[in-house]
Amino acid sequence: MSASTITEAPGLPAPAAHRRERVSSALSLQVGLVTTFLLIIVVLPIAAVASKAADLGWSGFWQVVSSAEAVAALKLTLAMATLAVLTTAVFGTIIAWVLVRDSFAGKSVVNAIIDLPFALPTIVAGLVIMALYGPRTPIDFTLGGHHFDANVTFTRGAIYLALLFVTLPFVVRSVQPVLIELDKELEEASRSLGAGEFTTFRRIVFPNILPGILSGVAMAFARAVGEIGAIVLIAGNLPFKTEVASVFLFHRISADPEGSAAVAVVLLLISFAVLLGIGGVRWHVTRHERG
Amino acid sequence: MGKLSLRFAALGYLALILIGPIVMMVWRTTEDLDGAWAAITDPDTISAFKLTLMVTAIAVVVNTVFGIVCALLIVRGRIPGRGFLNAFVDLPLSLSPVVVGLALVTLYSTQGWLGWFQRNGYEVLFATPSIVLATIFVTLPFVVREVVPTLREIGTEQEQAAQTLGASGWQTFWRVTLPAIRWAVIYGVVLTAARGIGEFGAVAVVSGNFAGQTQTATLRVEDAYQFAYGNYAPAYGIAFVLAATAVIILIAMIFLQPKESRY
Repeated sequence: MSASTITEAPGLPAPAAHRRERVSSALSLQVGLVTTFLLIIVVLPIAAVASKAADLGWSGFWQVVSSAEAVAALKLTLAMATLAVLTTAVFGTIIAWVLVRDSFAGKSVVNAIIDLPFALPTIVAGLVIMALYGPRTPIDFTLGGHHFDANVTFTRGAIYLALLFVTLPFVVRSVQPVLIELDKELEEASRSLGAGEFTTFRRIVFPNILPGILSGVAMAFARAVGEIGAIVLIAGNLPFKTEVASVFLFHRISADPEGSAAVAVVLLLISFAVLLGIGGVRWHVTRHERG
Repeated sequence: MGKLSLRFAALGYLALILIGPIVMMVWRTTEDLDGAWAAITDPDTISAFKLTLMVTAIAVVVNTVFGIVCALLIVRGRIPGRGFLNAFVDLPLSLSPVVVGLALVTLYSTQGWLGWFQRNGYEVLFATPSIVLATIFVTLPFVVREVVPTLREIGTEQEQAAQTLGASGWQTFWRVTLPAIRWAVIYGVVLTAARGIGEFGAVAVVSGNFAGQTQTATLRVEDAYQFAYGNYAPAYGIAFVLAATAVIILIAMIFLQPKESRY
């Protein structure tokens, strides 16, 4: 039987050239669908707000962004996000290590609830923090004549605690898989060569989990900078004191749409910077694989 | 000794930041069960939950279709700009939801580029369509993010085998690719649903927040808190229903997680 009769038989694949054409038309359909969707849902709205900010001109833009209240809100947001993310980085790494290398009763339950801040609506997260650290807090005692209570409502402490809650899973979940993959024998070898616990961690474990920590930190930072739901109820949103950038923007939208567009552009630029940072970490981590 | 102190640090931190606050939240809800129940069964609350579920359902369907197509394009499509697309899809994860809301308001306001709808009686803003658009925006990355690594992992051998045996592109997708990625898709759907139900910032900007009409469940919680006048039972009650939903979603996440990535 010759080759031509096989390709012409019914039910067999179409000749290669024919099929390639069909595949490429499917590909262009995909490209069209994805591009149109992203254009309508993401790009157009963002372009609209950027264009509105551009209408202000450079001086108008600068006037809004450099106003005392805007600067205070942005500074507070960046400072709180940095503080919270540093705390999350340290404790997230410790929690990940304990979940991978330690064993104790109830470990799987502890592991499961780590994701709760991801699943919980942020407005509920705010109420959750307030339940323990709000008015009528049960942490309330007098010690040696000094009264102490954990009511942080309307203070920056409230912002800090709310951010710790919502950013908790990021570092844990980005470090955990790396620790699982990390060969235990390396650590054992290091110890048997006389290195102490701390040296082993610093020289063997830490360099391996650092990219994981960094990508978790970047995502957590972006999340903390944009957070509103968990903060809005307990922070009190006092201008110059406990008003974060998202809340500042939220309050400004109806009163001053043009000016708020400028603030939105600043937040947008921070997001792009974080995305670039994450891209950089990914690129750095996979550079060996790419050769 | 080092191990014990690390365990103590980890569990102590979790007790202070996660477990303690959640236990206290449940406790606060039980302090005034009648008040909480009255708030949960209020017609405006029920309408808010219905709206949240409807909006989330639409976002899930739209983003599942988009997510699968986009992931296929990122992993299998031999086109320039794939890397950019892969990074760009993450943008909603790192953007403040208030910015998302403002962007939609700017685009669809009567003077906006797409103001035609609002001017001609097809209300987008302060109505359900804008809530849907905002929710689709913020939940966009989840299905893509789950499907992309799975697609990379399964490779193209089976798909090529199916095509060699004469399957069309559609047949290959339905019979080979989709079954292979189905758990990743379902996991992405669960994450999308969780984020959709919980969305607050973007929806707060675009919805108009009219009780019984454009007020979602999370906005209802905020409303109940702002107008509490010292009685926080309604806010805690509605929040408790949302928290219980989150716990159900969390349990689903644990069971759906692919075995090899289970910790």
